[in-house]
Amino acid sequence: MSELAIETKGLVKVFGDNRAVDGVDLQITPGMVFGLLGPNGAGKTTTIRMLATLLRPDGGSATVLGHDVVTEADKVRSRVSMTGQYASVDEDLTGTENLVMLARLLGFDKAGAKARAAELLDAFGLGDAADRQIKNYSGGMRRRIDIAASIVVAPDLIFLDEPTTGLDPRSRNQVWNVVRALVADGTTVLLTTQYLDEADQLADRIAVIDHGKVIAEGTSSELKASVGAGALHVRVSGPERAERAEQMLVDSLGGEVIRESDGVSLSARADDPTRVAALLTELSNAGVEVTEFSLGQPSLDEVFLALTGHPVEEETERVDEREEEAVR
Amino acid sequence: MTTTTLDTTAEEAGTLDDSKLRSVLGNRVRPDRPGAVSASLTFGWRAMLKIKHVPEQLFDVTMFPIMFTLLFTYLFGGALEGSPTAYIQILAPGILVQTVIFITMYAGMGLNNDIKKGVFDRFRSLPIWRPAPMVGLLLGDAVRFILASLVVLTLSLIIGFRPEGGVIGVVAGIGLTLVFAFSISWIWTLLGLVMRTPEAVLNTAMTILFPVIFASNIFVNPDTMPGWLQTVVDLNPITHLVSAVRGLMGTGAETSDLIWVFASSAALIAIFAPLTMRRYSRL
Ligand SMILES: Nc1ncnc2c1ncn2[C@@H]1O[C@H](COP(=O)(O)OP(=O)(O)OP(=O)(O)O)[C@@H](O)[C@H]1O
Ligand SMILES: [Mg+2]
Repeated sequence: MSELAIETKGLVKVFGDNRAVDGVDLQITPGMVFGLLGPNGAGKTTTIRMLATLLRPDGGSATVLGHDVVTEADKVRSRVSMTGQYASVDEDLTGTENLVMLARLLGFDKAGAKARAAELLDAFGLGDAADRQIKNYSGGMRRRIDIAASIVVAPDLIFLDEPTTGLDPRSRNQVWNVVRALVADGTTVLLTTQYLDEADQLADRIAVIDHGKVIAEGTSSELKASVGAGALHVRVSGPERAERAEQMLVDSLGGEVIRESDGVSLSARADDPTRVAALLTELSNAGVEVTEFSLGQPSLDEVFLALTGHPVEEETERVDEREEEAVR
Repeated sequence: MTTTTLDTTAEEAGTLDDSKLRSVLGNRVRPDRPGAVSASLTFGWRAMLKIKHVPEQLFDVTMFPIMFTLLFTYLFGGALEGSPTAYIQILAPGILVQTVIFITMYAGMGLNNDIKKGVFDRFRSLPIWRPAPMVGLLLGDAVRFILASLVVLTLSLIIGFRPEGGVIGVVAGIGLTLVFAFSISWIWTLLGLVMRTPEAVLNTAMTILFPVIFASNIFVNPDTMPGWLQTVVDLNPITHLVSAVRGLMGTGAETSDLIWVFASSAALIAIFAPLTMRRYSRL
């Protein structure tokens, strides 16, 4: 199939005077995992909701599996599934009841629906919790039942909105396994995430989105390469040495040096590898003991900083403040 | 002790079986989509399950009618009609209507909750007949309406209500009440979709319903009211519904009342069902 799984042209969604999605162009080929990466409030959910026909675009156009999301919404709905950012299952019902209900709504007969529900619960490791109400599920279990609910009829394309936010590492790994199984099965996956390593791990291509605009798009290595430089990470044996090392890094590399929160790790852009070699010698001569050292591609955190001019965390805090105000 | 701990841990974490996962994904059964009736009934089934899991919600449906019936009968009965037994003959059909119409509000609250919790996103992304979630919700409500009607009826019979219309008359009266309740529910589904919180839905619905319920002939004969109020009462569809139900349970309903009830029901659906659906598809 040469046809694109998803194509958007100048997609716009406006809430009041807030341009939540502000002219997004995407081209996603079938069978890939596409990652939409961005901080809180970037417009990830809004984009995905328009593509899943849950929200009407205010401008531009979008086709999903060749169907227009507005004029052929019903055709889109019959071939895609959506797992929202917040669990979209009925909390009062049990796992089995939820899945049987969805199977019935998708056209299974009673016996077929029960069989499918049991099969799904078993595969997702929820067999023991099948008859418990969802409100008594843990966060990881909720995520799994939510994804299971999205594949009652295996879709050709699945939207996963922040599938691992708030999960412990183990549950996160489980969700990653599900995503990999989906891809192996030929399903196209569009997932959003705030975790850079998640996009790095799972996605074939990544679009970085900020303030409703795609600010970069490509494979993980392309994005890293577009930032231009390699990244130098140095860890020294004590905070007082870190001061010294920081100054030397600035002098030698000329760029900005980031001191991590642990106080002893430093990272900086290193455009010239030969400089780095000299720098190591200088550090050693100056008596600054280096306990860890790496020169590699920049992390996606650094990519984000380079692309947006502000680190991811900063944005998150700002949004949190806004939310607190809204609560008040 | 140790075994219990181990069990919980295993349960919490669950085991995600890769080969099973691949097999459920590989199972690409795609049945034909269900019809409108089947989809609505599935949502009705969901409403029943919710009653099963959260039986507290039936409290409103049973306790309020009992309280109201007893309170009004014994408080006002003597003063208004000479005796509680005489008053219950007039009050029973009215209180039945009042009870059922009041609990129609919960349709809007339920819907609003579903939206807030995100379940509705799931429903809206399914390729099903679009009004099915709302119709299913109302089907579930019908069960509550009937239950509430039976509570009021039973209590009234115990107190001394003797409907001359017999079983057929009583059933017809309840049936007519359900028709109107189902129609007025579409106002609340619209509110449920528009308002931000279930509490806001409840408050708005209360503000609308209180005057409509009380400016009617449920409790007293409108003859003693000032002229302008009589006009209001006479235009109130609830008045005609109550008259018709009294008639059906008594010696026969006036055709004009029946026409009023059916016409206002049709009008409510014609206005609010499309508005609800429009709002639903543009949430
Ligand atoms: N229904 C709505 N009404 C008004 N504003 C909205 C609505 N939904 C989203 N917004 C606003 O649109 C912007 C984008 O929100 P969106 O939820 O798409 O971001 P996001 O990237 O998914 O963020 P997060 O990581 O927090 O989920 C935000 O500023 C948000 O406040
Ligand atoms: Mg979001």
